[in-house]
Amino acid sequence: MSSRRSRSRQSGSSRITDDQINDLVSKLQQLLPEIRDRQPDKVSSANVLQETCNYIRSLHREVDDLSERLSELLATTETTSAQAAIIRSLLM
Amino acid sequence: MASSLISNPVVNSERSRESKKKKKKKIQNQNQNQNRTRWKTEVEQQIYSSKLLNALLQVRRNASSAEAPPRGRAVREAADRALAAAAKGRTRWSRAILTNRLKLKFKKHKKQKVGVTGKSRSKKPGVSILRMKEKRFPALKRKVRVLGRLVPGCRELSFPVLLEEATDYIAALEMQVKTMTALSELLSVAGGARANAALADRIGSNRLSPT
Repeated sequence: MSSRRSRSRQSGSSRITDDQINDLVSKLQQLLPEIRDRQPDKVSSANVLQETCNYIRSLHREVDDLSERLSELLATTETTSAQAAIIRSLLM
Repeated sequence: MASSLISNPVVNSERSRESKKKKKKKIQNQNQNQNRTRWKTEVEQQIYSSKLLNALLQVRRNASSAEAPPRGRAVREAADRALAAAAKGRTRWSRAILTNRLKLKFKKHKKQKVGVTGKSRSKKPGVSILRMKEKRFPALKRKVRVLGRLVPGCRELSFPVLLEEATDYIAALEMQVKTMTALSELLSVAGGARANAALADRIGSNRLSPT
């Protein structure tokens, strides 16, 4: 595909090589708990991208669940500003 | 406060575009390594914890004045805003969360998805995504697009930049989950302790004679 080489106009970034893409994908693989231990050549880029999307979605769900829980706790806990200060110091 | 957060990154990004691109790439790589471990430090977690606590107390104060219990959605948005603020405007997703919040205030719309700011940014929409299409199968391109939608403000980004943003976003989300879990455990213990104390009072000081 000769058009691949001729398209060199990119908005603000230099040309991306195949190697660069593979490098980025393998770096991404290291972040994902599901597949970070698998051999890099056994995991395709599509796999890594799919796992990334799944992982972000599951993190979003966890945050949503935690938000629900926190909203319940906030409603029931009679947290005065003094207690908030105590909690803050416990967190530090 | 949010406006100062936004005006600085805009000026910074314009300046960096004028400087040499190779230099920018080197600095980007360094920043990338720093950023990845940044979210894992104790300091970041503490900073985020206090921001989160303040935001949650604010949500509760707003909710009690409106006579409605704070819903999960409000807490989620406050937590996301606190997270974006903790990022100090260095990443696109954090800036997108904060600007989207401002847009919501002006438009008074309810938006389900964040990250619609991509429209204003696209000078050459998806040029690098077109390159991906030529190089790879359409399935990959589809996944890249899904990923771009999941990370706020990253719809029309080139592949390497998108991956960079996603990396930082994932690390930040992990820290967010860790902090919110710790906070909810603390609050439930605090609430439980108070409940126990109240119960002990009610049963009567006869049975539980203080020693």
